[in-house]
Amino acid sequence: MPSIKKPLIPLAAMPTNEIGLTMRDYEGSMSTLCAGCGHDSVTAAIVRALFELSIPPHKVVKLSGIGCSSKTTAYFDSAAHGFNSAHGRMAPIATGANAANRDALYIGISGDGDSLSIGAGHMVHAIRRNVHMVYVIENNGVYGLTKGQFSASADIGSAAKHGKANTVAPIDPVMLALSLGASFVARSFSGDKEQLVPILKAAAQHRGLALIDVISPCVQFNNHNGSTKSYRYVREHELREIEPDFISTGREIVVDLPRDGSVMVAMHDGGLVRFRTLPAEYDPTDREAAMHYVNQAHARGEIPTGLLFVDESVPDVHELNHTSETPLVELPFEELCPGSTELEALQQSFV
Amino acid sequence: MQATDIGDPDYFHRVVECQWACPAHTNVPEYIRLIAQGRYSDAYMVNRDSNVFPGILGRTCDRPCEPACRRERVDGSPVAICRLKRVASDLRDDITDRLPRAPAEKNGKRVACVGTGPASLAVANDLMPLGYQVTIFEAAAEPGGLMRTSIPSFRLPAQVLEEEIGYIVGMGVEVRYDTPVTSLAALCRDGYDAIFIGSGAPKGKDLEIEGRHADPEHVHIGLDWLKSVAFGHIGSIGSRVLVIGVGNTAMDCCRTARRLGGGDVKIMARRPRRFFKASPWELEDAEEEQVEIIVNHAPRRFVTEEGRLVGMEFDVLEWDEEATRSRTVDTVILPCDDVILAIGQENAFPWIERDLGMEFSSDGLPVIDAVTLQTRLPGVFVGGDAAFGPKNIIWAVAHGHEAAISIDNHCRGVPVEERPANRMTLTSQKMGLTEWSYNNDYNPSPRQQMAHVDLAKRFNELRLEVELGFSAEQTMREVQRCLNCDVQPVFQAPLCIECDACIDICPVACLTIAPDTDSEASLRSMLTVAAENLDEALYVSEPLAQTGRIMVKDENLCVHCGLCAERCPTAAWNMEKFDLRLGRAGMGALL
Repeated sequence: MPSIKKPLIPLAAMPTNEIGLTMRDYEGSMSTLCAGCGHDSVTAAIVRALFELSIPPHKVVKLSGIGCSSKTTAYFDSAAHGFNSAHGRMAPIATGANAANRDALYIGISGDGDSLSIGAGHMVHAIRRNVHMVYVIENNGVYGLTKGQFSASADIGSAAKHGKANTVAPIDPVMLALSLGASFVARSFSGDKEQLVPILKAAAQHRGLALIDVISPCVQFNNHNGSTKSYRYVREHELREIEPDFISTGREIVVDLPRDGSVMVAMHDGGLVRFRTLPAEYDPTDREAAMHYVNQAHARGEIPTGLLFVDESVPDVHELNHTSETPLVELPFEELCPGSTELEALQQSFV
Repeated sequence: MQATDIGDPDYFHRVVECQWACPAHTNVPEYIRLIAQGRYSDAYMVNRDSNVFPGILGRTCDRPCEPACRRERVDGSPVAICRLKRVASDLRDDITDRLPRAPAEKNGKRVACVGTGPASLAVANDLMPLGYQVTIFEAAAEPGGLMRTSIPSFRLPAQVLEEEIGYIVGMGVEVRYDTPVTSLAALCRDGYDAIFIGSGAPKGKDLEIEGRHADPEHVHIGLDWLKSVAFGHIGSIGSRVLVIGVGNTAMDCCRTARRLGGGDVKIMARRPRRFFKASPWELEDAEEEQVEIIVNHAPRRFVTEEGRLVGMEFDVLEWDEEATRSRTVDTVILPCDDVILAIGQENAFPWIERDLGMEFSSDGLPVIDAVTLQTRLPGVFVGGDAAFGPKNIIWAVAHGHEAAISIDNHCRGVPVEERPANRMTLTSQKMGLTEWSYNNDYNPSPRQQMAHVDLAKRFNELRLEVELGFSAEQTMREVQRCLNCDVQPVFQAPLCIECDACIDICPVACLTIAPDTDSEASLRSMLTVAAENLDEALYVSEPLAQTGRIMVKDENLCVHCGLCAERCPTAAWNMEKFDLRLGRAGMGALL
């Protein structure tokens, strides 16, 4: 941990966003993660995304479970609400919070251990329900907090720090989400903010669950030769074919669309995501094509990154459950609790 | 991009902006850290190594370092470098046994210096330890030159002056007081191996307008008047005084006049305030002493009645934006009892024969080499105000060091152009995983204000020093404002794994991993924060191992907090202290 707090230097040229805040206003407390941890870069990307979207800091809810990844929520947006749940229980807490107040931006941060092992059941159901949230998996292939045992996302053949290779088949959160009918599936790399920030911005504007699998190297236990989740390995095998560029609402779009197969996808709130895909035939709105593409890339030993699939037509948790347009927290008590007479009337109707 | 060559002593020297701006290149951050540790004597010696007169300069320096200070760019006010220098001087222990000494056995070379101002004294300071016999000729009865005669003792107490001059003279310098040099030819005939002219610019400018000589007793030339006050020849002045001029001498004149009975003292300026030559703090000090500053008034004539000065007539001017053109809008007469002229000073070399081979330029200054300070007469050197016209003490000291190198070369038969090279060291400051041998935290304290003696008291005692110096608490706060610009984040490209940790933690966004490019201009535009201050360099790495991109640091923004090095998992960044070893007389030319 650094010896000092990141000092607030009053630079004259510090840029502000539409609501007059600087990037520093979206920071949290000092990270106690290892120096060089990919998770800190994810934190920085979230800070930048929130700043650029001019989101009021108090309108954010940060949720996490247990693990190195789940410490991340402490390191951004100090003014946000937060809940650090039991191991693997980030998703149900997010679902409940979402039900109570549909008006906030939910950012869940989990890891490959938290989401693909102990919390896997919860994650799949949150995806099925299309809970309106950003679901970030900081994926490093190991349990860093307990000194580097393989996690459920470790690739077959990937070597542990002590040299032994993994032999158990990995769970790929991207394929899992695609097969569950997820409405927004992306993969990125903590060492590539140019790609990660726009994906985060798009995810924050997506109506429904936006799953981002971020390969975030464990600098301490999984950054050696032989690892398939090291900075070097990811850089050498990253297939950065899908370059998203998030264009927020309200700004006129004056981009020249390249003729190599760009697809503009309108987000629910009117924001647009522009996909520039090198293989002209890649269509990020075609679920089967996306699954095929990711599978093929895996077979070639490549790590496809970018916004791999998005479908804004999938109904989200509120639509599915016909919830009140007004967030429950804002409903007056009398409406939320009509009283025992009404209850009795309801009970009588079942008789 | 070509990777930055940090082995070039100039590269990091420029980053230590105060040191770079100081003509004598005083190692400011180092002495400020020593003060912070309570090592006042060590801080004094670091100062003395470069600027020779820490006590004097801690009170009187023109402070070219302060406008350059990085802290100014951060929170608008520079570290009070000058006044911290005074702290080191005031609180030091006896350092006499740490001073350079002259060897008992001399090298047989004799050097003559003209004038005991800072330039000559600096020459003696550098040459005496090498075995030279230095003789200084001084027209006055006491040493110090303009430091003694034109800086009032309420700013620079005589005791401080004497002590620091004594350190040099005490090495065995022969000073011939009351001995004005009246002929350079004669001095040359005395067989000195080298002659250094540090005679200053001692002649105050006159103002030849109507009525100037009607009442000469009440019209004074600033420099001469201050000198007379310093030597006790003048002890009073009329109650209404007009000071003509806007330089530091004018401020000294008006403040002195306030102490000698001047109740109504006005500074008369031709141009608007932002064009004044005086340092802003000297202007403030004058205003604090209730001196009125009147702008846009050009002297027209002295008004006398029956041979007695009664006032002065001025044209009231209206200037254009840049104060280059004016027009007269009115004429006024301001009554006064005395007028002090402080409109500049000039060089005067009536004692140098023009047929010796020393050339003079059209402005009356000797023609000299800007680096070696040698005149066209080999073996004769000029420094201080005598060299390039009036500057200040710190420039005179810098000239003294350079002239000493030239004199040493000249006496050893080495070409004067062969200068000893500046050298440097870089020393790791790492003491632990996230521990440094310097205090890397940013302290948001504002600049500390100097306490002054109250007005009534200072007007009663002419020689009472006005500035009280910093208190212990103020010193403690002020030293922490220094950003330690000499402790450099040094980058080793082969170790970097491009994890972005340094970029994410940097509080001023001065770091970027950018694609390599040939154009510095395009690199500047693609940084995390565009590098628009073209005076500040970019620190550019070799291509990085994984992606071939380059690490770029904008020197303009970095506050040297060391967080990049603390968050670096591979120690590709490390904090290393840059120490400049200036070339000095006696070091020989290291090429």
